[in-house]
Amino acid sequence: MRRMLLWLPLAIFGILAVFFFRGLSLDPNAQPSALIGRTLPAFQLMELHTGAMLTEADLPSGPYLLNVWASWCITCQVEHPYLTELSKTLPVVGLNYKDQRTAAQNWLAKLGDPYVLHLFDDSGQLGLDLGVAGAPETFVVDASGVIRARIQGEVNVRAFEREIAPVLAAGGSR
Amino acid sequence: MFAEFGHFALVTAFAIAICQSVIPLYGYFTQQDTLIATAKPLALLQGFALAVSFAVLMHGFLVHDFSISYVANNSNLDLPWYFRLSAVWGAHEGSLLLWALILAVWGVAVSLFSRGLPDEMASLVLSVLGMIGIGFIAFMLFTSNPFERLLPFAPANGQDLNPLLQDPGLIFHPPMLYMGYVGLSVAYAFAMAALIAGRLDATWARWSRPWTTIAWSFLTFGIALGSWWAYYELGWGGWWFWDPVENASLIPWLVATALMHSLAVTEKRGLFRSWTVLLAIAAFSLSLLGTFLVRSGVLTSVHAFANDPERGVFILGFLIVVIGGSLTLYAIRAAAVSEPGRFGWLSRESWLLFNNLILTVMAISVLLGTLYPLLVDSLGGGKVSVGPPFFNAVFVPLTAILVSFMVFGPLTSWQQMKDTRQYRPLIVAGLVSVIAGLVWPTQMLGAYSIASALGTVLALWLVLGTAIDIRQRILEYGSVRVMSRKVGAGFFGMWTAHIGVAVTIFGVAMVENHTEHRDLRMGPGDVQALGPYEVRFMQLEKIQGPNYAADRATFEVWEGTRLYQAVMPEKRVYNASQMVMTEAAIDPGFTRDLYIALGEPLGDGDWAVRLSIKPFIDWIWAGSFLMGFGGIVAITDRRYRRVRARKASLIEDRVAPA
Repeated sequence: MRRMLLWLPLAIFGILAVFFFRGLSLDPNAQPSALIGRTLPAFQLMELHTGAMLTEADLPSGPYLLNVWASWCITCQVEHPYLTELSKTLPVVGLNYKDQRTAAQNWLAKLGDPYVLHLFDDSGQLGLDLGVAGAPETFVVDASGVIRARIQGEVNVRAFEREIAPVLAAGGSR
Repeated sequence: MFAEFGHFALVTAFAIAICQSVIPLYGYFTQQDTLIATAKPLALLQGFALAVSFAVLMHGFLVHDFSISYVANNSNLDLPWYFRLSAVWGAHEGSLLLWALILAVWGVAVSLFSRGLPDEMASLVLSVLGMIGIGFIAFMLFTSNPFERLLPFAPANGQDLNPLLQDPGLIFHPPMLYMGYVGLSVAYAFAMAALIAGRLDATWARWSRPWTTIAWSFLTFGIALGSWWAYYELGWGGWWFWDPVENASLIPWLVATALMHSLAVTEKRGLFRSWTVLLAIAAFSLSLLGTFLVRSGVLTSVHAFANDPERGVFILGFLIVVIGGSLTLYAIRAAAVSEPGRFGWLSRESWLLFNNLILTVMAISVLLGTLYPLLVDSLGGGKVSVGPPFFNAVFVPLTAILVSFMVFGPLTSWQQMKDTRQYRPLIVAGLVSVIAGLVWPTQMLGAYSIASALGTVLALWLVLGTAIDIRQRILEYGSVRVMSRKVGAGFFGMWTAHIGVAVTIFGVAMVENHTEHRDLRMGPGDVQALGPYEVRFMQLEKIQGPNYAADRATFEVWEGTRLYQAVMPEKRVYNASQMVMTEAAIDPGFTRDLYIALGEPLGDGDWAVRLSIKPFIDWIWAGSFLMGFGGIVAITDRRYRRVRARKASLIEDRVAPA
């Protein structure tokens, strides 16, 4: 009996190791959003350049990406080239989040503009409704205007394959 | 060329580590003294090679060699020289190099200070340390090379060190913590050597005791520094966040604390041997586990700077070899260990046994609280998090029980307590403490609370109990002089550390229950009351630091009609990374800290301002310092230096008298 007990620590560690191995393939940053499966909340925001009022009615018919970005956000610069690449095939709506108008305009002028629509959310109101934790965040919206996935942090090939491609594969509406 | 030289030194260290682990072990099994004797010189060589490698990386930072990718990512032309030095361990690759270097330094220390140890034992210990070294150096060489070049296009300037880490705290916190983490590898290596050699006896315990204690001291200092750093640098004003990485350092600390006490029983009475060896394995395994959790991206935390699955797989593999291997050896060898001695219910052994039980339960609770989110996620249960309420609910009652053991334990005799009348003064001290607990919190800011009263009672009882223990021993030996000569430094260390625990408990209880805390909207000219003070927002200015721009506010703190102090908290934006950092203004004091930090600008020149008075917060770190210092006092015990004289009589399994 005592001999069996001595193997116990090893057995416990073995079980833990299996969990760790599983854990390696999970993304700890992924936060499921309460909004997944719902349509975008209603909003009334200014257009970044013109100041014209925009509402949810002005959004593209989808599927599209809603990208939360800001000129103060470093990772936004990192994901920018990939996002620009994506924007050639998939419309990307830019939600400029807690930013200053001129800084945001300069940023787009300098790095290029991948967005079909520019929402200017300086107070973070829509960001709050969406439950945005920080920039960048990207919401994948399908053809019927329903949010299908949320990507926190950089949009890259991995995020595309895991979150965006399945939505597109389903015809943009599941 | 210079960086390649560092890389070359690292490869050399790798080769030496392989020799260090294989040759002495082979020599041990084939009984060849010449091979056994290679262990010490090899350990010295490995230390030298890693020191060269480390120095080269440091040089790269000093001369701004941005062709080294690691330097380019973590330094900047504007970074002051002292932060360039500490930036060496500011990110993943460099901190691994520091880890490996410190491991080698412990190996060097073992070869230099183990003359009392039989050569074959020392060679086994060094061989095990060599194996751990192989793992870490291989990890660097294959997945995280700090000397990787950015050629042919080296950037003109670097991306700057993470502003969070641009603080004197970073210069000391990681090396201290690593000294502790890695120091536990020595206790682990001793345990493995004892298992391989099949001699888990009192002499083994005496050899590993000072190594365990000193590593524990470093770990204590490291954790305390980290907590202090978080307090004044992260701008949150808290001192412990139950962040996974903090937990990763607390778990081995709790286990190492248990190990120190269990080693005492094994040395003095020859008991708990297989338990002690399991703790020694667990303490180091858990510090490795901490590394895995931090470096693999399995858990999120402010500290997780390398989220790379490939690295994760490597560390996990290494973990399986080290922990799985040692636990297998344990299961095979520990079966042969017999527990000869007996002890009564009321004896120091049983107090220490319960102490071990509580500390282990604490460690397991923290481990579960940290891993639970991961376990649930692996099982497909989605994301959850275990917050401070869980940890507090576990820690407060367990600490209360532990303190009572700390009061009674030292005064209890080994084997069987015959005269329980000695407990009377302790019970009286307990009653005195309860009265103090009823009265004291009413003297503090804020409302009376049970938690604060409990903390006061425990802290005072522990101090009084320790004083009674000291007095009892003075009476026993007749005079202070004789007593201090007879009891040995070990007891002085224990007393210091136990008082440290009391000081920390008191600090925690006061801060957690009596902090006066206000989040306000303030602009220049505004005045707010804070405790006995009046805080005036005088002015706001823009200033330019060496590598950042900042908004700096000036607050005057008035005590009635007298100007007490002017303080200047800042909100900094670092040029290279554009990261925003809060520099809180803290006026430290014996009985309270005054804490003022700038939050977010709210427009119209107003700012969100956080004002607080944190009573006795510095006692938390003062107590931790006393604990660590106690450990250092304990290892100066003559007993460890006398080991050499006893070398001849090592064969007998000696059980020291109490």
